Amino acid sequence: MTQTNPPGADLPEHPDFLWRNPEPKKNYDVVIVGGGGHGLATAHYLVRNHGITNVAVLEKGWLAGGNMARNTTLIRSNYLWDESAAIYEHSLKLWEGLEDDLGYPILFSQRGVLNLAHTEQDVRDSVRRVEANKLNGIDAEWLGPDEVKRICPIINTAEDIRYPVQGATYQPRAGIAKHDYVAWGFGRRVDEAGVDLIQDCEVTGFTVDGDRVTGVRTTRGDIGCGTVALCAAGHTSVLLDQLGVRAPLQSHPLQALVSELLEPVHPTIVMSNAVHVYVSQAHKGELVMGAGVDSYNGYGQRGAFHIIERQMAAAVELFPVFARAHLLRSWAGIVDVTPDASPIVGHTPYENVFVNAGWGTGGFKATPGIGWCFAHTLAHGEPHPYVAPFGLDRFTTGALVDEHGAAAVAH
Amino acid sequence: MQLIHCPWCGPREEVEFHYGGQADIAYPERPAELSDQEWAEYVFYRDNPKGTFAERWSHSAGCRRWFNAVRDTHTYRFLSTAKPRQKEVRV
Repeated sequence: MTQTNPPGADLPEHPDFLWRNPEPKKNYDVVIVGGGGHGLATAHYLVRNHGITNVAVLEKGWLAGGNMARNTTLIRSNYLWDESAAIYEHSLKLWEGLEDDLGYPILFSQRGVLNLAHTEQDVRDSVRRVEANKLNGIDAEWLGPDEVKRICPIINTAEDIRYPVQGATYQPRAGIAKHDYVAWGFGRRVDEAGVDLIQDCEVTGFTVDGDRVTGVRTTRGDIGCGTVALCAAGHTSVLLDQLGVRAPLQSHPLQALVSELLEPVHPTIVMSNAVHVYVSQAHKGELVMGAGVDSYNGYGQRGAFHIIERQMAAAVELFPVFARAHLLRSWAGIVDVTPDASPIVGHTPYENVFVNAGWGTGGFKATPGIGWCFAHTLAHGEPHPYVAPFGLDRFTTGALVDEHGAAAVAH
Repeated sequence: MQLIHCPWCGPREEVEFHYGGQADIAYPERPAELSDQEWAEYVFYRDNPKGTFAERWSHSAGCRRWFNAVRDTHTYRFLSTAKPRQKEVRV
């Protein structure tokens, strides 16, 4: 990344108009539960690809105020299995044209991602993933420690540290985007098309007729629906419980934090599975860092301090220049984790209720891709081919998509 | 970080403990008779409530014994902990 402007100088002005704040109508063809990235992207592609505009997006808080406001904005597609590579690469290609599609700046910056290897086994696993990526047409390279140092000079590649850098996988097309702008871009687009974005509207139950759901009960009244799309991330279990449906989901806090604003020092994204830290530098200059999930189930949008302490110890060892940076703030998103670290997308026991959940720590990067595929699923009543492998039935058939290795954050 | 009350050792810091997920998941009594769906539920499906949850924890850096806890997943507060099969609970 060559940056000539001072940090933050290229940020666009806030628009003076965002979106309407409508009262809910009596009925919609599609009710999307969850006004985060996935819900908004699903609405966008319902309009754009299928001409379906009688749509409500229900958000219990404020638009994109849940995980979308709390994530670490990384975008990449270097997953191991063909099923994952297909959906994440589809998403990455959409990211590459999203600014034009939305007519809104999202500051997508393809600065590349390094996934570090610290042991001989890490090296073998990483090279295997690079080769799998190449077979799927995904840009990937294996780099030795000297090449890692050339791309990211602030990494400590000394051989005598506790977790020495043995090399890294590199995906040059990976990047970051400004998460709020992504949500606002989708929000403005679907609002213009007539989609109702309804905030402060928590779903408290469903009205059911046989194996169909006829409406959703909300804190702003009952709303009738043709199709229901659940896009509630960490709170999906809460909704499914109201329908009497079980899914193999566990909700955990995933903590992240940012430093104060710094001059540009960190030109790429660095992730390390083994030492549980990942870092990029935001457009304004904050170092954005994340750890693995806290071990226990939690819905509290905060986590335990010792996780941050361990993460900082790893970060300072890898990046000695971080030792003098000050922590600005920390937070947690609630991520919904599945046994195979892959999402659950598709049918539920109710014929007109579809679920999109279980993205764990990786939902943001999937935003346009899953929006595209979930909209197709809702419009046709059948899963899009890219999400078909991620049905709830895989836990019964055993056709799991075990992505713990490429998910890269400890689940 | 919070203190967790080990039923044997008393209150200790959270870092000494290991989380073991939902409590009271029993191995099927007649495994040969289970359907694929029932096996899936035994292996993969766990409750995920927003609120009170019965869990297993291990005091892995202390007495290394497992115990049961009841915890609120929204506030993270431990409501009680107890030795396995122990009726009385202590907060």
